[in-house]
Amino acid sequence: MRCTYSCGSAEHVLSRRSFLGGAAALLGGAVAGASGFSPIALADSLEKKRKQILVVYLAGGSSQLETWDPKPKTDTGGPFGAIETSVPGIMISELLPRTAKLMHLMALVRGVNTHAAAVDDHGKGDYLMHTGRAQAPGQEYPRLGAVASKFLGKESDALPGYIHIAPGHGGLGRNESAFLGPRHAPLYLGNGQAPANTLRDPAIGDSADQSRQAFRRMLNDRFAKRRRSAETEAYTSTYEQAAKLMRERDVFDISKEHAADRFRYGDFDFGRHCLLARRLLEAGSTYVQCVHSNYDTHNENFAFHLEQVGEFDQGFSALLEDLHVRGRLEHTLVIVMSEFGRTPHINLYQGRDHWCKAWSIALAGCGIKKGIALGKTNARGTEVVDHEVSGGSLFHTYLSAVGLDPAGGFEVDGRPIQIAEPTATAIKELLA
Amino acid sequence: MNTSFSVDPAKIAPVKEFAHSSPLTTCRFDPKGTYVFAGSQDRLLIRWNLESAAKTTFEAHESWVQAIAFAPDGRTVLSGGCDGKLIWWNATDEKPRPIRTIAAHRPWVRSIAVSPDGKLAATSGTDKLVKIWSIEDGKLVQEISGHAKDVYRVVFDPKGAFLFSADLKGLVKRWDAATWKHVGDLDAAKLYHYDQGQGVDFGGVRDLAISPDGALIACSGLIEASNPLGAVHTPAIVVLDGKTNKEKLLERPKEDIKGSMWSVRFHPDGFLLAGSGGGSGGLLFTFKPDQVNETYKFSLPNILYDVDLHPDGKRIASAHYDGKLRLSAFARVKT
Repeated sequence: MRCTYSCGSAEHVLSRRSFLGGAAALLGGAVAGASGFSPIALADSLEKKRKQILVVYLAGGSSQLETWDPKPKTDTGGPFGAIETSVPGIMISELLPRTAKLMHLMALVRGVNTHAAAVDDHGKGDYLMHTGRAQAPGQEYPRLGAVASKFLGKESDALPGYIHIAPGHGGLGRNESAFLGPRHAPLYLGNGQAPANTLRDPAIGDSADQSRQAFRRMLNDRFAKRRRSAETEAYTSTYEQAAKLMRERDVFDISKEHAADRFRYGDFDFGRHCLLARRLLEAGSTYVQCVHSNYDTHNENFAFHLEQVGEFDQGFSALLEDLHVRGRLEHTLVIVMSEFGRTPHINLYQGRDHWCKAWSIALAGCGIKKGIALGKTNARGTEVVDHEVSGGSLFHTYLSAVGLDPAGGFEVDGRPIQIAEPTATAIKELLA
Repeated sequence: MNTSFSVDPAKIAPVKEFAHSSPLTTCRFDPKGTYVFAGSQDRLLIRWNLESAAKTTFEAHESWVQAIAFAPDGRTVLSGGCDGKLIWWNATDEKPRPIRTIAAHRPWVRSIAVSPDGKLAATSGTDKLVKIWSIEDGKLVQEISGHAKDVYRVVFDPKGAFLFSADLKGLVKRWDAATWKHVGDLDAAKLYHYDQGQGVDFGGVRDLAISPDGALIACSGLIEASNPLGAVHTPAIVVLDGKTNKEKLLERPKEDIKGSMWSVRFHPDGFLLAGSGGGSGGLLFTFKPDQVNETYKFSLPNILYDVDLHPDGKRIASAHYDGKLRLSAFARVKT
């Protein structure tokens, strides 16, 4: 189905795609460009503890003024106030009372300017924030989830390396793993539901299932001996992954969680999705993306943010606190981002429009300094006046935070490609 | 107040404008008809003398002022804001200072209504609550829960027997104004929309008016919300039967008008006055309570957020995004 962004963007076409069917469908396009790639400079920099990444994506472009960078009592500030946080001197929107208590775990980045990449467009902003590069015709780079799956995941993992919990019914119809191939493409969990087709037909017993699997493997091996290719490798890998997934099906069932936890996370989709994200991370998924929709508030920005940010605050704070209390935050990088921010100017519909010149994201966890707010915007929030950062530098920072070398790269068809945008560098002030 | 006159519901003309430097959010005439008050995004309650145009600002809110109500004698005015505060003022002071400030709701006060006898004020908020306050001493008389979403509007019926509260989901609750017991629900859910694609609740009862005899209840808002986040929707009014609690009629513009019907009033002559703001700009409408389409539509120069009817039944105030408080007027008809 189409995610109806208010500005009618042609991006964000959602389609129902089960993992089993979807992975096969991806084979044709993505594998062709992936032949021959190999990592050339990704150092064996992974620490003993498994690094994971959680991205909370506020789709549509959340307002920095109603979240991380409030400007109360100004003509641009809107009706909401600012509140103290657990870090003296850092104030955030009054819409985030629970998150405010966890600010000592977080780092705010208030000087994001993605204007150079011309990203006040949903699709371009989404691409930049997930790849660290400006979108260009004919070029496709893997998204952060695919990169994490490739370099932080293990082939033996029971769960796919890149899991995307999407609102609505399906996934985004795009090539997210690019030349890394379908093995690192996302598994979409439409509205937090378990992947389709992961239950074995009850008419097939254990013995019959083992026999047919053995027969399939025999035929597969015989075929591979003579006609082995990237496509057959990917197919085999996908099939094995699917088989593991069928065994791990319970991971997707949040009814297994205590009622008190379900209440604490919130009785709404985003709360349930955050609880599912916790289960997936605890089950070993390398990268989980949890999407909260929709912040594209050209109309009645404040009433919509009142409801949406309230949901975000409850679900996100519960998840962040649990990661911290359970000792997972030290090896889990948490990123809260959007494709862009929203205009300081309040339009005639009491809305805010797309804005990429001065906005904010939030980070926490693995490799990130705690309790800081880096960067500053002016009094009305119209421009960055200190520590301006770009989408490319943020991408470098994410990789550095989890111990990957952003200057490392791949060879794709003999052509070396740096894993992160070569002209950008990591933001050292954010790295622990 | 003399209500024996008649006006022509099909003839409205502009009268004058009062200017302010920040967008206006709401407006009300005082009961004696001497002043018009407005709330603004720059945290002010503003008073203009209708004759002299003298402007006075009331400064105490810490956020947008979006609700105003008067005691029937016109001496006390209450304001409510997005700071959650309910503030009492002397309406006619030259240098106004708050008489009393109460933290009423969190985070926003959405609406205020004063009982016909002037003893009680009802407020509603984004905390899904309705609260009843003593006008005299500011004490909380009753807290009422039962709404699952923001309560946009509270209104006492003209006799003061009931209080109506209306919310984002289009649910209107009727409460006994002596016991505060729930005595029934009315359904204006046609004004509510959940957008599956955008994942947002939208619409609701933006204003509510009760006919002088209590027979009809008009709920204003919007329908056909094809793009809630992008302001694509149609202004509308659901007219409910006050005795059966059933819907009588859905009223909507004849033409393809985009916007929300932010305000609705019963005119003493029996027709409805409504104000719409949105993609089609600022518009005043008059509707007969038994006809689907408007009797008359009058365009204003800028998008509006509230409308009020002067006690003389002739003058109309509208609060606009461009900071203007616009006065318009019906043409009188000899009776």
